[in-house]
Amino acid sequence: MCMKQTVPLNKESVSSRGKPEAPVRRRSKWKKTISLDIMLLPALILTFIFSYIPMAGLIMAFQNYKPALGMTGSAWVGFDHFEFLFSIPENVQVIWNTVIIAGLKMVANLVVPFIFALLLNEIRKMYFKKVVQTIVYMPHFLSWVIVGGILIDLLAQNGGLVNQALTGLLGIDPIFFLGDGNWFRFVVVASDVWKEFGFNTIVFLAALAGINPALYEAAEVDGAGRWQQTWAITIPSLIPITIVVGTLALGNILNGGFDQIFNLYNALVYDKGDIIDTFVYRYGIIGGKFSFSTAVGLFKSIVSFVLIVIAYRLAYKLANYRIF
Amino acid sequence: MYHKSTSYKAFTIFNYTFMILISLLCLIPLVHILAVSFSGKAAASANLVKLWPVDFTLDAYVKTIANENFIRSIWVTLQRTVLGTFISMAVVILAAYPLSKESSSFKRRNIYTWYFVFTMLFSGGLVPFYILVRNLDMLNTLWVLIIPGAVSVWNMILLLNFFRGIPKEMEEAALIDGAGHFRTLISVYLPISMPALATLSLFALVGHWNSWFDGLLFMTDHTNYPLATYLQTVIVQQDFSKVSVRPEDLENISQRTVKAAQIFIGMAPILLVYPFLQRFFVKGIVLGAVKE
Repeated sequence: MCMKQTVPLNKESVSSRGKPEAPVRRRSKWKKTISLDIMLLPALILTFIFSYIPMAGLIMAFQNYKPALGMTGSAWVGFDHFEFLFSIPENVQVIWNTVIIAGLKMVANLVVPFIFALLLNEIRKMYFKKVVQTIVYMPHFLSWVIVGGILIDLLAQNGGLVNQALTGLLGIDPIFFLGDGNWFRFVVVASDVWKEFGFNTIVFLAALAGINPALYEAAEVDGAGRWQQTWAITIPSLIPITIVVGTLALGNILNGGFDQIFNLYNALVYDKGDIIDTFVYRYGIIGGKFSFSTAVGLFKSIVSFVLIVIAYRLAYKLANYRIF
Repeated sequence: MYHKSTSYKAFTIFNYTFMILISLLCLIPLVHILAVSFSGKAAASANLVKLWPVDFTLDAYVKTIANENFIRSIWVTLQRTVLGTFISMAVVILAAYPLSKESSSFKRRNIYTWYFVFTMLFSGGLVPFYILVRNLDMLNTLWVLIIPGAVSVWNMILLLNFFRGIPKEMEEAALIDGAGHFRTLISVYLPISMPALATLSLFALVGHWNSWFDGLLFMTDHTNYPLATYLQTVIVQQDFSKVSVRPEDLENISQRTVKAAQIFIGMAPILLVYPFLQRFFVKGIVLGAVKE
């Protein structure tokens, strides 16, 4: 996050003072960097149009936006939409759903890859390890449309493979996985772990590969067993990266995973499975309540922004992590 | 020493078994779908198919290929994937090069970087974005699937970090030989960045192939749906009203084996490029995450 680069402004102004060739050098320097600005131009323009103009469009959240009137002609309503958001219990429930689902995912997506990385680290046959890695990373690259389509088939109440197995092996009644709110949340978290745990393992495996083998050799000499080595060497060396992954995930606490929920949910589970993003889509795009759903989106953007900034600060403080 | 202890041996046996089970857990859903897609219609709807096709037939694939909506959506996806990957990579490369310079030699660098990074932290959200695209008259055009997502700030950061690892001496040599920045980028940076560029291109490619929401959002005319959006509508939402089907085809499309075949065709290209992808992405992630 923090880019602590000292711009040598002073040095330059000092060195150029009183030298006759200074203006010439300045100009040639400008010439040299102008082509850099030109290179940036396409990205700058596209970002301005598709990222910054929509930000300006957020003023709709304080209006009663009518497409025919446009942003300049629509009436101002102040914070009415925000008051409406928080005055209706169903709306507040959507925020809770988001936090619950995102929170459960956050924990599961930290714990499962952590343990899996530890176990995979004990595999000594490299070929076997490579094959397992290839298989478990793969679901990450499938889209939620594909995974959603597969899950709908697998979890079908009558005759889905999962229910067949449950009835056949455990003798219990078929479960309505995608039609019951609590089961829905379970399916959402479990399928997210299924899809992402392998991929999330990579960063832990990278940290494990960085452990100095001399540490293990020394422990071996001291007569430590593998379990003791794991407690005293392996797990402590994973702590920094775990803190980074955990804190950075905090910024996503209002991201329940639109792609996933949208491809799995239905009207039966709105009470427990509807999240902010799906709510905004249904009300804004389908329902045409542009201003209200913009207000909901703005609420999410602001909270997320604050959380991301805090998360990066924390990650930097606790584990000295920065993205550039 | 611990390798020889009985408990560690027992653990090893458990561990290998566990790894095999986890791998199966990742594969079984895909194998099941594949088995259903090759099974007979009756066997599939009677839930007789587990992990091996029953009454093997290619019927589902024949019906899928005969479905012109499906074929048209593949064509849309191919166009967006090729054009989109190309344009996105061009924009990202052109932006990553200047941003990889030290701020001592390119003063505005930090301002530009924050200009891009800020868009990762804060966004206008769905509705203003949608209204903008509508006002730009981009609905139902191929460009709406390509242009708004072309600037990937994340890819930009990965690539600029990679560019920074290139020895300064190479750039200086090029500059002394009279090359400008464009020449340096094309003749010095790009050739040695091929592995990184291949990785990012593959990611962009997979992203385009999988992308479904922009199609749903911006294509009011279903004939413009890319494949992922088509699959979302027909298989996930099971909404046939948006896809023009002749009544006699309706049964074919809603058939379980045909759905499975469509799902499989939808993920087959990803499975095909995946081995190449895997070779690079571990490197790519570590490259972006760990900096000296």
